[in-house]
Amino acid sequence: MTASAYQDVIIAGFGGQGVMLVGNLLAQAGMEYGREVSFLPVYGAEMRGGTANCTVVIDEEPVGSPLVRTPLSTIVLNEPSLARFQPRLAEGGVQIVNASLIDRALVDERRRTVYIPVNDMALKIGSVKMANMVALGAWIGATGTLPLACVQDALNRVVDGRYAKLVPANAEALAAGYDFAKKQTA
Amino acid sequence: MSDAPERILIKGNEAVAFGAVDAGCRCYFGYPITPQNEIPEAMSRLLPEIGGCYVQAESEVGAASMLLGACASGVPSMTSSSGCGISLMQEALSYMTGSMLPAVLVNMARGGPGLGDIGPSQGDYFQAVKGGGHGDHRNIVLAPATAQECYDFMFRAFALAFTYANPVMVLGDAVVGQIKEPVRRTPPPDALAPERLAELAAPWRVEGRGRRGPGAAPRLVKSVYLAEGTLAARNRQLRDKYEAMRAEARWIAQDTDDADLVVVAYGSIARAVRSAIRALRAQGAAVGLFRPITLYPFPDEGLRALAAARPGRRFLVVEQNLGQMVEDVRLALFGPAGRGAEVLFHGLMPGLLADAQTLEEPVRLALAGKEIRS
Repeated sequence: MTASAYQDVIIAGFGGQGVMLVGNLLAQAGMEYGREVSFLPVYGAEMRGGTANCTVVIDEEPVGSPLVRTPLSTIVLNEPSLARFQPRLAEGGVQIVNASLIDRALVDERRRTVYIPVNDMALKIGSVKMANMVALGAWIGATGTLPLACVQDALNRVVDGRYAKLVPANAEALAAGYDFAKKQTA
Repeated sequence: MSDAPERILIKGNEAVAFGAVDAGCRCYFGYPITPQNEIPEAMSRLLPEIGGCYVQAESEVGAASMLLGACASGVPSMTSSSGCGISLMQEALSYMTGSMLPAVLVNMARGGPGLGDIGPSQGDYFQAVKGGGHGDHRNIVLAPATAQECYDFMFRAFALAFTYANPVMVLGDAVVGQIKEPVRRTPPPDALAPERLAELAAPWRVEGRGRRGPGAAPRLVKSVYLAEGTLAARNRQLRDKYEAMRAEARWIAQDTDDADLVVVAYGSIARAVRSAIRALRAQGAAVGLFRPITLYPFPDEGLRALAAARPGRRFLVVEQNLGQMVEDVRLALFGPAGRGAEVLFHGLMPGLLADAQTLEEPVRLALAGKEIRS
């Protein structure tokens, strides 16, 4: 797959699902890959109870708008996020949908979708907390925007030193999501 | 070749703190408010490490008054806040201008009026450039759009504040403060070394009696001039200084050579406009961008040159407010008969998150000379 010069993604889920962490990780990896990046968290009343989301833009020239109305891709970890962002997905865009929490009937079949049980897969690797990493891995597999190894390596800069021992498991979670998406798109 | 090792991924707010400390700032006084809390958070960690002073004041009124005191001693010092917090600082801002002190203030603006919300807004433009305080006070206003500019402009803010002995405000918004981007932590070319800042403050700073040797005349930093004729003299002095500041006007013009329409925008909105222009130019539209870097002094001459270079060229001002900077654009372009240019306006409501796609339609309408409904 040829990497396009420009890519954007909205990552959304419940507060606590690690949306901001994978957004940060993706931006860090993009920067370390030599790209221009922006990461913009959306805070508000939605921090409690509803959905939290962030937008990451990766480009070869300095990022203009850090916000997008019609994203080229999304990662949605819960049903309210699917309801909000599926209609906004750009024509030909791809969405990573959390099959562990989102009813398949809600997925628009005309959309290119990786329907992946990230909670269940993360639990098998060791903790449901890594569902966000499985989802980001699937996004990397589906979009080809960055090499998987680059994102795995960036974990060392994004994860606080106190949790360094968790990096290998998180790298494994990224790989599991990546393999799932690759198999589906193969 | 990858240049990754030199870049760090930080928020605009963190870049402000790093930029300030690297530029020589040694005192910070503030009071928490979203969306700028990463500035005091970072300063509370950075300043004690280098022997600086961090104070979380009892209020914004207290913070701004502490800033006045620190500035009077000639130490590079700053505060930061947002919207309503900046309103509370206006009294001290006027006093600092009247006292000719090099204060640096950062406003990561939020939606207003009143308590508003914590989303982005450019509704504080008038307050920043026209002066929200009393009397004829003016302060230089810098408008960063990226995290790198947040870092770089802190150097420029301290350099200008000390060069003119005048407050400088850095005006961002919730997007500029919250965005995380790669930043190179190296001083920009227009930085002044801390030693140079100290030299500039040497003639007036209050150091304590006797520090300048026996018999040295005491110094007084003040803004009150009651004796007949003294306030008039002070205001003439300020006027001459404000006129000299005009040389500091800065702007960036992109894709304007062939443009039938020039969009004027600053800060985070200019980023969304730039993306919209990129998309529209790909479709053959002759549109360019004029981005003021200094909001005060306003870059009138840059705008006038664009208008003169292509008579009939239209201007569209896009702001996240009900129409504030558009007045300065109209003043700049309201010239002698036959030289004035048509200035249109599109306002985005404060608190909304503005993306590029949403801005394509108003730019298209302006290009066609049609009415735009904000």
